[in-house]
Amino acid sequence: MLSKRIIPCLDIKNGRVVKGVNFVDLIDAGDPVETARTYYEMGADELVFLDITATNEKRKTIAELVQKVAAEIFIPLTVGGGIRTIDDMRKILRAGADKVAVNTAAVKNPELVTNGAGIFGSQCIVGAVDAAKKESGTGWEVYIHAGTEATGLDLLDWVKGLASLGAGEILLTSINTDGTKDGFDIEMLKAVASTVQIPVIASGGAGSSQHFFDVFQQTEVSAALAASIFHFGEIPIPDLKAELNKQQIPVRV
Amino acid sequence: MIGIIDYGAGNLYSISKAMQYLGYQNEIISGNSVEKLSKFKGLILPGVGAFPEAVKNLKNAGFFKEIIDYAASDRPLLGICLGMQLLFSLSQETTSTAGLDLLSGKIIRLENVPKIPHMGWNKLRILKKSQLLTEDLTTQSTDYYYFVHSFYLEEITEDVTAIAKYGQQSIPAIVEKENILGLQFHPEKSGEAGLNMLKKFGEML
Repeated sequence: MLSKRIIPCLDIKNGRVVKGVNFVDLIDAGDPVETARTYYEMGADELVFLDITATNEKRKTIAELVQKVAAEIFIPLTVGGGIRTIDDMRKILRAGADKVAVNTAAVKNPELVTNGAGIFGSQCIVGAVDAAKKESGTGWEVYIHAGTEATGLDLLDWVKGLASLGAGEILLTSINTDGTKDGFDIEMLKAVASTVQIPVIASGGAGSSQHFFDVFQQTEVSAALAASIFHFGEIPIPDLKAELNKQQIPVRV
Repeated sequence: MIGIIDYGAGNLYSISKAMQYLGYQNEIISGNSVEKLSKFKGLILPGVGAFPEAVKNLKNAGFFKEIIDYAASDRPLLGICLGMQLLFSLSQETTSTAGLDLLSGKIIRLENVPKIPHMGWNKLRILKKSQLLTEDLTTQSTDYYYFVHSFYLEEITEDVTAIAKYGQQSIPAIVEKENILGLQFHPEKSGEAGLNMLKKFGEML
């Protein structure tokens, strides 16, 4: 049986792991290669590197970083943040990443998803989506530029669009729950995971083992992602997996 | 020395580094050095992307016939993911396309499964003694392996030594016929369990 994946996310700025709350108040949380190795040894199923470096010139450090990580860590690696062209994708994949995540660029230029999938295969292209509840109270709206700019796009329409453009997976972050540690956005994740046939990674709101249990039990998501709770050792991955295993959620232990 | 075939398909860095990590020297072979295939003691055919495109690229780079000749030399050849599928007679991905035909069988699209691609870590059901596994025959392996694919070998042919269960489907996961070996999952992305398998391949050289 296919197991549910537990994915630590490393926010990278200027070559260092950082973590902020709601994209501000960044705290230095360590060396990315060291951190990645620790997660690998702890049994992480996959790693996501999210490059939040502001400038293009500094961004090439992410490719060097990926190369170092991929040389010694033998689990899948996804890289997102600032990927705007096929050439950006090629550089990251050539450096040893298995998947690239596109968010703002996919909204602005949907052909990037189609062309990327055509060249590298759908399994390489992760459609990353940030969304929040609509003001009307029904349904959700897609946001871009790290959650700062509303697009007017309906979430369910957009994820269906991403799947038909050729994305192989959806990484869905709820702006409403991100950083709260009050649990994943079950309602949003349930709606998206039952709408698309491609796998969905839940993101935003993890604060306890119970939250992971809830999202796997109540929705059809294939994986759950978190950052700060893993970085600061609040929930050690082996403990989380042991707990999920005990509660009959299939995880790799 | 192990040769890793580069026909423009995705992440070759990881498999190269994994073999290096295990102490096996390897070289990524690109199209203009095809004639050198015979110098390698073992060959790895990786691959992601679409089957017809891969066949076209293998042919354009001059690899297609060379790989068939290599397989006849009794030296080990390992296909990974799409590379495994390429070993077979035919695939129906996009359009019906002939493969290397080193193994008999047809590749078709996954259906009646929870999500497509079949993406993530899965256990194996070991059907026959395998050259690549240390585990004995079992309905469920202890170890997990990382899969990511939307097409699969339609039938559990006599060359299938292990399968993975996904939804109601049985997915051929390891195929082998003497020196011709194929893995539907990615051993270079399957942690220690995958490295152990690549080590077994290295020991066959």
